[in-house]
Amino acid sequence: MSLSGLPPKQGLYDPRFEHDACGIGFVANIKGKRSNEILHQALTVLVNLDHRGGQGAETNTGDGAGILMQIPHIFFEKECAKLNIQLPPAGKYGVGMLFLPNDADQRESCRRILEQAIQEEGQTLLGWREVPVDDSMIGEAAKLAQPAMFQVFIAASPGIKDSLDFERKLYVIRKRARKEAQRSLLKEGETFYFASLSSRTIVYKGMLTPEQLDRFYLDLKDPDIEIALALVHSRFSTNTFPSWERAHPYRYLIHNGEINTLRGNVNWMHARQAMCQSELFGDDIKKILPVIDLEGSDSLMFDNCLEFLFLAGRSLPHAAMMMIPEPWSHHESMSDDKKAFYEYHSCLMEPWDGPAAIAFTDGRIIGAVLDRNGLRPSRYYVTKDDMIILASEVGVLDIEPENVAYKERLKPGRMLLVDTEEGRIVTDEELKQRIASEHPYRQWIDEYMVNLEDLPEASDVPQPSCENSTQRQQAFGYTHEDLVKILEPMAKNGVDPVGAMGNDASLAVLSEKPQLLYNYFKQLFAQVTNPPIDAIREEIITATETTIGSEKNLIQPEPDSCRRIRIKTPILSNEELAKLRCINKEGFKAVTLPILYNVSHGSQGLEKALNDLFQVADIAIAGGANLLILSDRGTNQENAAIPALLAVSGLHHHLIREGTRTRVSLLLESGEPREVHHFAVLLGYGASAINPYMAIETLTNMIQQGYICELNPKDAIKNYIKAATKGVVKVMSKMGISTIQSYCGAQIFEAVGIHQSVIDKYFTWTPSRIGGIDLAAIAREVELRHRRAYAGHDNTLDSGSAYQWRHDGEDHMYNPQSIYYLQQACRNGDYGIFKEYSTLLDKEAQKSCTIRGLFTFKPNRQPVPIDEVESVESICRRFKTGAMSYGSISKEAHECLAIAMNRIGGKSNTGEGGEDPARFVPDPNGDSRRSAIKQVASGRFGVTSNYLVNADEIQIKMAQGAKPGEGGQLPGGKVYPWVAEVRGTTAGVGLISPPPHHDIYSIEDLAELIHDLKNANPRARINVKLVSEVGVGTIAAGVAKGRADVVLISGYDGGTGASPRTSMRHAGLPWELGLAETHQTLVLNKLRDRIIVETDGKLMTGRDVVIATLLGAEEYGFATAPLVAMGCVMMRVCNLDTCPVGIATQNPELRKNFTGKPEHVVNLMRFIAQEMREMMAQLGFRTINEMVGRTDVLEVSDAVNHWKRKGLDLSTLLYQPDVPETVGRYCRVAQDHRLEQSLDMQQLLKICQPALEQGEPVQARLPIRNINRVVGTILGSEVTRRYGAAGLPESTIQLTFEGTAGQSFGAFVPKGITLTLEGDANDYIGKGLSGGKIIVYPPAQSTFVPEENIIIGNVAFYGATSGEAYIRGVAGERFCVRNSGVRAVVEGVGDHGCEYMTGGRVVVLGSTGRNFAAGMSGGIAYVLDEDGTFPNRCNMEMVLLEKLEDAEEIKEVKGLIEQHLNHTQSEVARRILDRWETLLPKFVRVIPKDYKRMMEALARAYEMGLSGEEAVLAAFEENKKDKSRVSGN
Amino acid sequence: MGKPTGFMEYNRELAAHREPLERVNDWQEFYSRLPEEKLKIQAARCMDCGTPFCHSGMIINGMASGCPNHNVPSEWNDLVYRGLWKEAFNRLVKTNNFPEFTGRVCPALCEGACTGGLVGSPVTVKSLECAIIDKAFEEGWVEPQPPAKRTGKKVAVVGSGPAGLACAAQLNKAGHWVTVFERADRIGGLLMYGIPNMKLDKRIVQRRVDLMAAEGVTFVTNTEVGRDYPADQLLKEFDAVVLCGGATKPRDLPVEGRSLKGIHLAVEFLGANTKSLLDSNHGDGNFISAAGKDVIVIGGGDTGTDCVGTALRHKCRSVVQLEIMPQLPLQRGPNNPWPQYPRIHKIDYGQQEAAALYGEDPRQYCIMTKRFVGDDRGYVKEVHTVNVEWIKSDQGRFMPREVSGTEKVWPAQLVLLAMGFIGPEDTLLDRLGVERDACTNAKAEYGKFATSVKGVFTAGDMRRGQSLVVWAINEGRGAARECDRYLMGFTNL
Repeated sequence: MSLSGLPPKQGLYDPRFEHDACGIGFVANIKGKRSNEILHQALTVLVNLDHRGGQGAETNTGDGAGILMQIPHIFFEKECAKLNIQLPPAGKYGVGMLFLPNDADQRESCRRILEQAIQEEGQTLLGWREVPVDDSMIGEAAKLAQPAMFQVFIAASPGIKDSLDFERKLYVIRKRARKEAQRSLLKEGETFYFASLSSRTIVYKGMLTPEQLDRFYLDLKDPDIEIALALVHSRFSTNTFPSWERAHPYRYLIHNGEINTLRGNVNWMHARQAMCQSELFGDDIKKILPVIDLEGSDSLMFDNCLEFLFLAGRSLPHAAMMMIPEPWSHHESMSDDKKAFYEYHSCLMEPWDGPAAIAFTDGRIIGAVLDRNGLRPSRYYVTKDDMIILASEVGVLDIEPENVAYKERLKPGRMLLVDTEEGRIVTDEELKQRIASEHPYRQWIDEYMVNLEDLPEASDVPQPSCENSTQRQQAFGYTHEDLVKILEPMAKNGVDPVGAMGNDASLAVLSEKPQLLYNYFKQLFAQVTNPPIDAIREEIITATETTIGSEKNLIQPEPDSCRRIRIKTPILSNEELAKLRCINKEGFKAVTLPILYNVSHGSQGLEKALNDLFQVADIAIAGGANLLILSDRGTNQENAAIPALLAVSGLHHHLIREGTRTRVSLLLESGEPREVHHFAVLLGYGASAINPYMAIETLTNMIQQGYICELNPKDAIKNYIKAATKGVVKVMSKMGISTIQSYCGAQIFEAVGIHQSVIDKYFTWTPSRIGGIDLAAIAREVELRHRRAYAGHDNTLDSGSAYQWRHDGEDHMYNPQSIYYLQQACRNGDYGIFKEYSTLLDKEAQKSCTIRGLFTFKPNRQPVPIDEVESVESICRRFKTGAMSYGSISKEAHECLAIAMNRIGGKSNTGEGGEDPARFVPDPNGDSRRSAIKQVASGRFGVTSNYLVNADEIQIKMAQGAKPGEGGQLPGGKVYPWVAEVRGTTAGVGLISPPPHHDIYSIEDLAELIHDLKNANPRARINVKLVSEVGVGTIAAGVAKGRADVVLISGYDGGTGASPRTSMRHAGLPWELGLAETHQTLVLNKLRDRIIVETDGKLMTGRDVVIATLLGAEEYGFATAPLVAMGCVMMRVCNLDTCPVGIATQNPELRKNFTGKPEHVVNLMRFIAQEMREMMAQLGFRTINEMVGRTDVLEVSDAVNHWKRKGLDLSTLLYQPDVPETVGRYCRVAQDHRLEQSLDMQQLLKICQPALEQGEPVQARLPIRNINRVVGTILGSEVTRRYGAAGLPESTIQLTFEGTAGQSFGAFVPKGITLTLEGDANDYIGKGLSGGKIIVYPPAQSTFVPEENIIIGNVAFYGATSGEAYIRGVAGERFCVRNSGVRAVVEGVGDHGCEYMTGGRVVVLGSTGRNFAAGMSGGIAYVLDEDGTFPNRCNMEMVLLEKLEDAEEIKEVKGLIEQHLNHTQSEVARRILDRWETLLPKFVRVIPKDYKRMMEALARAYEMGLSGEEAVLAAFEENKKDKSRVSGN
Repeated sequence: MGKPTGFMEYNRELAAHREPLERVNDWQEFYSRLPEEKLKIQAARCMDCGTPFCHSGMIINGMASGCPNHNVPSEWNDLVYRGLWKEAFNRLVKTNNFPEFTGRVCPALCEGACTGGLVGSPVTVKSLECAIIDKAFEEGWVEPQPPAKRTGKKVAVVGSGPAGLACAAQLNKAGHWVTVFERADRIGGLLMYGIPNMKLDKRIVQRRVDLMAAEGVTFVTNTEVGRDYPADQLLKEFDAVVLCGGATKPRDLPVEGRSLKGIHLAVEFLGANTKSLLDSNHGDGNFISAAGKDVIVIGGGDTGTDCVGTALRHKCRSVVQLEIMPQLPLQRGPNNPWPQYPRIHKIDYGQQEAAALYGEDPRQYCIMTKRFVGDDRGYVKEVHTVNVEWIKSDQGRFMPREVSGTEKVWPAQLVLLAMGFIGPEDTLLDRLGVERDACTNAKAEYGKFATSVKGVFTAGDMRRGQSLVVWAINEGRGAARECDRYLMGFTNL
């Protein structure tokens, strides 16, 4: 059976990496009053969420739409009567909504299976009804996959006690029937699916667009359908494959978001269900296992678990609180009862972690809950006539302003519940308090849970020794580099160390050196479909504590279910482990299991040792042990350690299979792990805690020897553990996971170079797509290390060469030879030397470093004359240089690249750092220093309307190869005045780029940003930069559906100015894999011909580019190679600002050393193109286009005959999907951006013609709806195109809108435009505001109190650079995030207000949410804190809270409030101004410490008579030496 | 890394050598050392490059750039900067068995390829190396480290120059019994008798030899294999043999008057001088004295310089050094970019001393010797020369062409020929039947070091022709590694 209609796994495509996102909504009558109107309203909501759904290659095939509602009894009574089915009273029968095979015989068999299950479960079949549908309007693809729709009616037997009992019976029937059908009947691709089976609710859904839903299902047109509540869902998936089942709603919920920890959750559920027993289910429990349907999406699996918990006796809200707990551990104001509730339940189940807005119903209650970080929007209105409408957006249903009782949003971690039986809304507080006080959870915890630190000290703690220390280090593969480049900085600074210039060393499986097993695992990270999180600035939502011990029965909790040991970090000191080892406490028993084996017995010995380990573990568990300590202490001449990861993961999976996994916690005592990645992989594969004793010993010795002198061993180890813990948190936050508990066992990795035999047994479910080493090779690697250690004649550690080149170390593609030849070739314009360089790489380096090195060209091709091949000039137009910001590299280097690329018709890239507008004007000699590609990254530095208008291509950086899933930080000391100016920030003040784009938390958000930027410059191509990882192909398909013009697949090995060493080496994949997957997936989806595919990542020779083309790319990026051509010698010190050749530095002295010339880069590009042409001629290709995706000319070279590489299988990279010839394989169709449908094109441009043409004032008033998105932006782009950065005189254009504005209202609007909105706005209002003015206030007719109601959505004024905003009412989360210049007044904000702000002024005339000012490095916020509680909600790490005292400043703030009153008639403003003297002291001035220091220095410089640039430079220099800088030095 | 900004903050500084006018009066080393604090600062200038060219030893246009032995200066520079001298010593000797030799006599290719030199001046790698090992000896950190267990295999190393010694040290470390054969009376080969004492104190050489002996290496002197010891016996008695006999055939100058008395090969002059110095502090008179003579040294290389320095210490009357090549430029030429070894004009100790004594550099360039003219006793009295200019031949090679009218006569009572070596001597190789390459060197691939005779390896100048001490060490280590692999089936060397 297929994964619900998706194509089977093929080539690099694997359906399990499909994602979706969506718009969600519900409508309910709070009093439970049923009406047909509610159905209509729900369907209207759905249609108005259309733009959040997706369409594939066909516009009439939707990704899915559906509705979950109460069973319309009257309607069914009527319909069933026609079929002679006599329905019992409502609630006494269940309705099943089934998707069945189209084949009549098959269908009949399915029905019989179900009927038998009904009978055997003692219920009565009432009859079947064919669901009437009209499929005339649906798309071809949807129609082909359309199943037969039937409803089944089942009467409850008299033995059924109550409604829930009946629901349980129906659940058993459904599970039994489906299992039986799968076992005995169904073939590949056939459907037997229950959209729903319940006595309370029913689901109508399908592969439809929203407006097709009630046209397709004729039932929904019937006026007799009367319901009181309904959930609706519009889906956007990353594919175009027909799948009716994957449409939402599921049986209890709709879900917008993604479960990042899914693999772990599923594994844990699998392990856990074996111990589930319940009086409610009795013997039936066996019939319903497994709980989780592995063929579903993450949302379905979530639904499975929720359903199970619900039917096993918990209420839906209770179950939801277990699965999506609030972040309780760092919560400053949560009630103790609630904390205890969460803590208790954390012993039963780990969170299902990830961004999520979930709405659920059991037919009586309807509710919604938001994930802990509030990463999905959910807004709701409550009306005076008892209606509640919740949706991803406001404005989805027209409500008379005067009928609105209030407008709210769902806050992070909060729950909304409507109880239609009680007829009221239950608040989050009341609901959770009620659930939390059902049992004395605190008392239970106090009684049974114990803190690790409270356990008695062990009498016997192993002490670090220095005897034979080096030998043991060698056996575990320690190098000198590990000591000074990893351990030392971790111990000294407490952070994972940073490096530069990316990774160019061998993949583990290609390396000649024995590798630790960890190196074969690459970290996955979030991109597009869900956001990575900022674990530093948003620490309030992270948790590092976990508990260890046995788990009990999930569904019948007892007081002692929380008998666990609480540990604060999973990295344990020797003392802590010793305590656990000798624990003597009821309910705990620790057993140490050695993980050593006789190294001379080779792989058989290793395999046997593993099997023995599993056996003794089983015995220990049977004997009651629940803390298994795997230990490799005691290695010697004979015995080597089993690779710790292999032992841990192998045992983890063994115990899952045995069903005993949740009875024990696995602890590891090992000499092997030492760096962050090691810990992350171990935790990800099931370890609960790790004692890295060799790292501890090494540090102790380093202190003794004097390597580290400023610390004692205790502090060094403390720092080291802190660094490791923080590092792991960072690794998991890259995937958007916020608790270590849910990271444990979540397997967020892809293996590269491990054979399937090893994966299946020891790393089950881990993707490993190119095969690789088997157990024998793993054993051989251990043996090589072991032999080296015990040879006994070299008592020094090897140098290590992961981060630096060493002659006898790992191969690096950039080494002294390749750098020398490349530089000589480019400087002298000598193609002969270039050939020496490329021969060096193609013949040697790449074979041992890269996947492409393993390919060769087939010899059987018919060559063509080279002069028939596309010219060098033509090929060069496909070339780009990498995104390197001005700031990361010097002005000289940045402009050199731009000039060179403009000379050859290629494109250079600004990187994230803006661009000096002076460069938009060509030089007198005809050169242009303008970068054709303007990058838009998460920090939005320098992203103004003018910047965007001056682009040929706009690149949205979703991730960066060297550090995917991470943000960046430019320390204050590097923010030189000229850098700050271009970025629109303050010199000397550090800048933070957040890990996610705060306007992209999912695929439909990305589609929105693509659309926004296209509006900001309709002439530019929109490029989305992704980083290679498993599943990137499906994401790229989503990007293509989101209408990007170009998708870039970056390799993991790209360069960087600064990145944690862990990330450079261990996150992401080589581009070959991502590119091939992308091309294959796009072709499979028939989307390839509407998007350009680009790739980059250490492209160094013509051969590299040819192979990239053959794997599917048609444009190419180069970054390191042009830097080397300009003089870079791969010092890898970019992060230190000491680049000796003047490239990666701002230091004016060092910049004088820059000797690069545009000619050098031009030579490089032309050489590469020329080399490509030679190969193309040989392969018989005349054009690049005809070569794209032609993997059939490639084969795998003999280099694979090698003890380590022989298990590699690269055939999946060469796979070509089986699609008709007509399906395009390179880009030849333009995307349809639908700009003509915009309000700007339809009306605004015309209205504003006089202003655009003559600068005459224009005023107008227009209605607006939520489907009018990004209003004002095209207009703004036209203003900028004509009037440049200066814009028009203030308020030349004044437009007033009435209604609800769609997303991105007023994005990038420049000076001269004032947009007034009378109504409310959705997310991203004023994004990138570039000088314009935005005013929002509620309609005059509305009666609610504006300052208590939400009026604009989340992430307002993100990355805004200048302008003004006056908001009468409350804003959602992340108001003014990364603002660098806007002056805004608002009456209340949600969580994370002013996050990462670097400039501007924000006045908040009301309360703020939590974590205000996190990462704020510039600008000033003024918060009116009348009750004095604000400091609790402010993140104090970077800011000072002061009084507003300076007269000038008071005047300024007062002026802003007066403006606010003026523009919005705000009552709050009026009251404040009336009582100005009394309220003035209540204002809190929130000012970043660094910003303040810089401002003061600047003031001093002015006093000294300096002015302009001089003053800034003086202040900068003064500040540079200041060590108290908080934003990094 | 030591200090990221060190290269910007500190200038390169070397210890001044001893005062020339003073040092020419003795045979002690002419070096001096910076105090520790200053050495730390010099170490701080190291940038700890991500791609350290100093350590690459890559061949560009037939010449090595960076250390041919792949020493890793950045690692020990960092440790010196931190004051961790012992750790620096441990990492230094990890790749180099004899830093006390290279720290004195190496032309420091590492410094030529130092990134510091790309944008300013290179790190003083050589003097730091020397300081580390000297301090290690002073502190007593250098102790005999005999192997923990013996393999029972026996290996003969023929020749005790830097290649032979390095090879022997490594093989001994791997647990083999090693016997080193040397035809001279003292161990050390070129280190002992090729390089004069003021450049490399013979006590330093002997100290190392003693250390190796204490580690279990057997040294046999006054024994020339193939002459004093039958070659085939070697193959019988030992499980493997490594030939490190050097390239000791000197290049001669077959012009008119060559047979006159007072014309000597540099090696004869230097070797006899050192032997007499060591045997009797020159009391036995068994050396060629330059005292009171006009000395002409032909050849502008290091050996020529050693001849100049030695002649000055003999108190010659004058000294002139003739060089057929033109003077090198003061700065790198465009055809000699970083990281190539800088071919620039340098002033070595001998020239410095001559200049101090006589007021000018003794070197004369573009001069070709035409003939020697003797007196009636058959002693040389004049050297006749002509100037040359270098022009490109049709094959593109530079050739000297005499410039007429530039003939010149130089008075000379002592002429020393320091024009390099042309290859290994024949006896040993012929007796063993080892195949030769086109340059008459013992034929063996670099990296494999195996000759045409099974179990016989070769390394150093004997394999590659005349070269540097650092190459010899590198080859000796490499041959030891391959020899170990041959003997054991695997190697950890």
